[in-house]
Amino acid sequence: MNATKTRRLPSVADALETTGAWLLAIVWVSPLLYAFWAAFHGSEHAIRFDLTAPLTLDNFRAALSQAPFLRYGLNTFALVTMLLVAQFVICTLAAYAFARYSFAGSRLAFALVLVQLMITPEILIVENYATLASLGLVDTLTGIGLPYMASAFGIFLLRQTFKSTPKELEEAARLEGCGMFGVLMRVYVPLARPTYLAYGLVSISHHWNNFLWPLVITNSVEVRPLTVGLGIFGAPESGVDWSIVSAATLLSVAPLLIAFLLFQRQFVQSFMHAGIK
Amino acid sequence: MLRHRDTLRHVYGWLLLTPAAILLVAFTHYPTVRTVIDSLFSKGSAIRPSRFIGMDNYRALLDDPVFWKVLVNNAWFALGTIPTSIILAIVMALLVNRAIPGRSLVRMAYFTPTILPMIAVANIWLFFYSPDIGLIDQITALFGVSSHNWLGDPSTVLPAIIVMTVWKEAGFFMIFYLAALQNIAPELREAASLEGASRWYYFRRVLFPLLMPTTLFVLINAVLNSFKLVDHLFVLTKGGPDNASNLLLYYIFESAFSYFDATYAATLTVILLLLLALMALVQFFLLDKRIHYR
Repeated sequence: MNATKTRRLPSVADALETTGAWLLAIVWVSPLLYAFWAAFHGSEHAIRFDLTAPLTLDNFRAALSQAPFLRYGLNTFALVTMLLVAQFVICTLAAYAFARYSFAGSRLAFALVLVQLMITPEILIVENYATLASLGLVDTLTGIGLPYMASAFGIFLLRQTFKSTPKELEEAARLEGCGMFGVLMRVYVPLARPTYLAYGLVSISHHWNNFLWPLVITNSVEVRPLTVGLGIFGAPESGVDWSIVSAATLLSVAPLLIAFLLFQRQFVQSFMHAGIK
Repeated sequence: MLRHRDTLRHVYGWLLLTPAAILLVAFTHYPTVRTVIDSLFSKGSAIRPSRFIGMDNYRALLDDPVFWKVLVNNAWFALGTIPTSIILAIVMALLVNRAIPGRSLVRMAYFTPTILPMIAVANIWLFFYSPDIGLIDQITALFGVSSHNWLGDPSTVLPAIIVMTVWKEAGFFMIFYLAALQNIAPELREAASLEGASRWYYFRRVLFPLLMPTTLFVLINAVLNSFKLVDHLFVLTKGGPDNASNLLLYYIFESAFSYFDATYAATLTVILLLLLALMALVQFFLLDKRIHYR
């Protein structure tokens, strides 16, 4: 009784720690809060923190009229969707092969797949640009997505998950007459749903934010994703107003940020899940 | 019959792998080999086609002061960001691993920078660092400190970028520590307090060693990131002033797409690939050790 009582007493150290946690949290969000402040106020109030300053949406209107952010957003959305579908299909097939078909050369092949964890496509921008140019895919959405479609990370994650699926379930499905694809679609894929969710969220946030490769491979408004559009828009030499840049920045990150705020738990758990495997 | 099924297993296995294999060969293995070959050729032009020149590009590289500059910058960038991010990540994880009021809000605050694109982060921080009108200068002006061009001064540009990168990355590393902390038995904590161990002692002798595998994992990821993360340079500095903030991958980009010297860019890429290969070896041996510990 006595012991529990002393433990439950809020000590000074506990209070200090809680305060510290909150202070650090405030420091950590303040750059983002500041961007919100600037985006919703006229540029004359961008650095004067007057709480009575009038709120305005003019900066958003200006950003939208100066650069086609809606088009960029559409491009990003199309790119991320295409990549997610392609990655799911391609990685599932490869992971299934590695997990359940010990074919000749599978160990060597798996090692060669893992090379991509280290040497990601953006390291090889020079040669990959040449390859896509020879395929006539420069400045296309397919061109941005193609080098990322076979993802070593996705194959690795799904292989681990498939391997931990009980073999008895597969045998039961086979007895009921399922073929190779039937077993995959009825047994392995449904049981790997948490992994698909985790990988999907990691992939979406990665490709929503990817910049260098899309910058290299695109050169028109019709295919440019949000990050590249924003990079061009915010470059200091373009000399745009700070408040408008803030508005444009918020416009670009809004879809992912809102999704994150709504599904915070799933995001954090997905990143954990993907990191631990 | 059995032989037949055996053959089928190999055929199916390879068929399933084919789409991934084609893409991986086309965009990872082939370009890697091609990079090495290209680095042995001269830069071609309209009148003089590219020809084999052996190690000449590498000799030029060794004589290129910018190359050494970006390599040293990369080392400083890694040294500046990684230990700080890791320490902050551990602190953050410990802070939100306990029942404190508003825990999920605090955790969200730490994690949010992770899901922002580096380009957006750079846009936000650009304004903090701008001379005179920037937020930092506005605040220091209150204390009578004269304005400073943080990104325009070769001695402050790299530290400024390091601070920003730590802000972006610490929350990401935090979640790996959170995951690890959740797997540590609470009995250890109780045992330690029964023995009268101080919290610092408990952290130093119990928690930190148990978090070692996580630290290794995070460390390797952080090192890789420090070589791959160059997006912010496009907005903040373009590698300047006078290459004071230039990094290897950005220099590769410049060589290929600003100076149109694809073979020199290939030579630089070979160096980057060698560095990554070295990291892969380190990872292999470190993770090997980790298995012995268990």
